[in-house]
Amino acid sequence: MEITLGHYLTVAAILFTLGIFGIFLNRKNVIVILMSVELMLLAVNVNLVAFSTHLGDLVGQVFALLILTVAAAEAAIGLAILVVYFRNRGTIAVEDINMMKG
Amino acid sequence: MTTDFLPGLARPEIFLACAGLFLLMVGAFGGENKVRTLSWLAIAALVIAALLNVVPAEGRATAFAGMLVVDGYAAFAKTLCFLATAAAILMGIEFNEREGFARVEYPVLMVFAALGMSIMVGANDLITLYMGLELQSLSLYVLAAIRRDSIRATEAGLKYFVLGALSSGLLLYGASLIYGFAGTTNFDVLAASMIDQAGATPIGVTFGIVFVSAALAFKVSAAPFHMWTPDVYEGAPTPVTAFFAAAPKMAAIALLARVMVGPFGPLVHDWQQIVVFLAIASMAIGSFAAIAQTNIKRLMAYSSIGHVGYALVGLASGDEAGVLGVLVYMAIYLAMNLAAFAAILCMKRDGRMVETISDLAGLARTQPVLAAALGIAMFSMAGIPPLAGFFGKMYVFLAAVSAGLYALAVIGVLASVVSAFYYLRIVKVMYFDAPAAGFDRRLETGPAVVLAAGSAITLLFFVWPAPLVSAAGAAAASLFAG
Repeated sequence: MEITLGHYLTVAAILFTLGIFGIFLNRKNVIVILMSVELMLLAVNVNLVAFSTHLGDLVGQVFALLILTVAAAEAAIGLAILVVYFRNRGTIAVEDINMMKG
Repeated sequence: MTTDFLPGLARPEIFLACAGLFLLMVGAFGGENKVRTLSWLAIAALVIAALLNVVPAEGRATAFAGMLVVDGYAAFAKTLCFLATAAAILMGIEFNEREGFARVEYPVLMVFAALGMSIMVGANDLITLYMGLELQSLSLYVLAAIRRDSIRATEAGLKYFVLGALSSGLLLYGASLIYGFAGTTNFDVLAASMIDQAGATPIGVTFGIVFVSAALAFKVSAAPFHMWTPDVYEGAPTPVTAFFAAAPKMAAIALLARVMVGPFGPLVHDWQQIVVFLAIASMAIGSFAAIAQTNIKRLMAYSSIGHVGYALVGLASGDEAGVLGVLVYMAIYLAMNLAAFAAILCMKRDGRMVETISDLAGLARTQPVLAAALGIAMFSMAGIPPLAGFFGKMYVFLAAVSAGLYALAVIGVLASVVSAFYYLRIVKVMYFDAPAAGFDRRLETGPAVVLAAGSAITLLFFVWPAPLVSAAGAAAASLFAG
């Protein structure tokens, strides 16, 4: 079986959906949310690289590289905020993040 | 249209980037006792950057191989963003010292956030859009949590981060679909290909637009993507909240309008329903959910959701009059919102901040000037003529009516009647309730300056509206000329 653009897009769509569900259904740990965010961004990268090869256009791969670097910065900031939050609160369970009701 | 690698067109961005790095060095080597100097330097840098804004003679030019566009629209939005950021820094100087978190990172992050905003509003490519948005968002996440020892501030930072990262993911997924199905990330090329395929837009592009508009709705905190707003506004330190409600919102609305009108302008009938829905939902949430609030920062959060709804009414009409309305509305919103937050910053008793609406009771008797200024801001937000807020609403509703969106305009007027209830309740608490213990007498310089400037603009806009309206008109025209 030949692997076509459609297969890549399907994998990326599944990964992206998993990432979104990981954020909303997860009730345990904020670290899992950070992992889900990474999963979403990586799904986008799969999409971009697949489109890039399909179109024969390098812009998609450049975009993917930029997303990788920004995702690293984003993860660093997320973990830093998580650390200061843990120092104040002593827990990072999702159901305990409820000082303010929204 | 000239394409030029020469970054002379990107002068404000290059200047701000260098200024930010320089301030970072001063902060790193100067230590915590340099915070005041740094804040003033940051304000100076932002004002200079606002002055460096250029509108090219031919009306519109692109730099960096078409990645960045410089036109009247970008210049207008950038000027407002820079000035609002400078006002937010000014309001925070003394507050941060008093509350014990005067850090060098504060002005530096504000400068970088302003740089991100300026790249956002000048984006002419999905990649630039993403990089600008992330530079701004990453600075804002840290700013929300800058008070490291406060549970509420760090919780605000965490919530903002998680939902902001989610919206970035949505934006990128949409961008990847648009890239894949349209074959380009450049806005000019996208616009051209949308015209070619009029009536037969690839389904992937439509999905992409939905994802991108949902993500940008997150950033402007339009309902139903507003969940983070009340918590972040309540938890973050007040000067940071004032900043969040002003400059980033202006930048995100300007970006949303540019994306919708620029590359996807030919698809106006596809995205118009999305924007109409966002506008109605935001106006409804902003009006009804705010009624039950007791914390004034939370109330301002819902109020800002409502104001985004009114601005989106202008965008929904999708024509030049609509964008003119959006720009005028947002400019006036910045003035009255910064004035309101400056008044909130004056709410302190024995050196501690108080934040509930009942603390304002009888303010008219203990501090008549402050009460009058906050009253002006509230009347203006409620849209009572002849204050500036009325004219902002008038422009967006007239644009909606002339575009045939009668139902939207009627819903908007009704929502603004409902929202008048909670704005006027604050006036009633200040003027007719039995006085609570008064606030500290000494007004700090920063909030006092912003309060005076914001109130003056709100109060006197109707005397001389021409400068703002004609500048916004030229900006809107340049967006449609491209």
